[in-house]
Amino acid sequence: MQFSSFSDFINMGGYGFYVWLSFGAAALLLTLLIISSKTGHQKIIKQIAQRKNREDKLRQAKKIKQQQAAKQNADLKEVTR
Amino acid sequence: MWKWLHPYANPEVTYHFTNKLLPWLVALAAIFLSIGLVWALLFAPADYQQGHSFRIFYIHVPAASLSMGIYFAMAIAAFSSLVWQLKLADASAAALAPVGAVFTAIALITGAAWGKPMWGTWWIWDARLTSELILLFLYLGIIALHSAFEDKNLAGKAAGILTLVGVINIPIIKYSVEWWNTLHQGSTVSKLGKPAMSLEMLWPFLFCFVGFSLLVGVIVSLRFRNEILARNSIRPWVRELVSQHTKA
Repeated sequence: MQFSSFSDFINMGGYGFYVWLSFGAAALLLTLLIISSKTGHQKIIKQIAQRKNREDKLRQAKKIKQQQAAKQNADLKEVTR
Repeated sequence: MWKWLHPYANPEVTYHFTNKLLPWLVALAAIFLSIGLVWALLFAPADYQQGHSFRIFYIHVPAASLSMGIYFAMAIAAFSSLVWQLKLADASAAALAPVGAVFTAIALITGAAWGKPMWGTWWIWDARLTSELILLFLYLGIIALHSAFEDKNLAGKAAGILTLVGVINIPIIKYSVEWWNTLHQGSTVSKLGKPAMSLEMLWPFLFCFVGFSLLVGVIVSLRFRNEILARNSIRPWVRELVSQHTKA
């Protein structure tokens, strides 16, 4: 142990501000990076789920449209007959 | 080797492999970093000239050398992505860039905080500091290019070319302290033969260095997973995974 007391440790032989600035900045930046990397996983999954939802809806709308068109066609044929 | 490597070119296998690897990396990084940092802050001796400000060294040097190492790895990934069109190489290059940028920023900030008490100035436009600042701008440019295109393949190509052009900066940073007169001291650790450091200082440094390298592994793995998912969003296995996640 290089320090005799806690205040000694904080003081860092007069260089406390610079030492803690360095360690603090590094800790802060790394924490932010880790958090953003972790939340990115949920975010991308949500994005893909949303896109899938949209695609499903589009597909369903297309299907309904086709069915309606087919029905109309059938009706038209009935009328012309 | 290709036979062995082949399954890892499959994004699904690699995704699950990365998932399995992560807890081990987290545990190892936590062990090495806690030992290294406690040792560096509490038990390592103060420098006979620099006093306790020397403790900044234990963050500054790992961050600076990793900032270059990550760039080098990213350049290799970008090259394999451009030449062999390996999609996963592209994903790993995209995962590496933000991590490299953060480590470059840490190297610059801790360098400034160390320079102020030792040199009397936060910043000086000398070769080492300027070239490291250019490295930060390169990283930021690469990150911007990766997110500038909706099409990830196109984005990867553009970012890859910038990455390869920027490789020229790496030897400039590395040898700047030898080629130009500078306030920055020469390297203490990687001198060939005996390092110019006492073992009491070298050991905590090695723990910190390995710890930070493992932390890079952790963060890159986290981001790599995200990049794989983003690049394979229409594949059935991703769709399955997403519906499992959203259900839970």
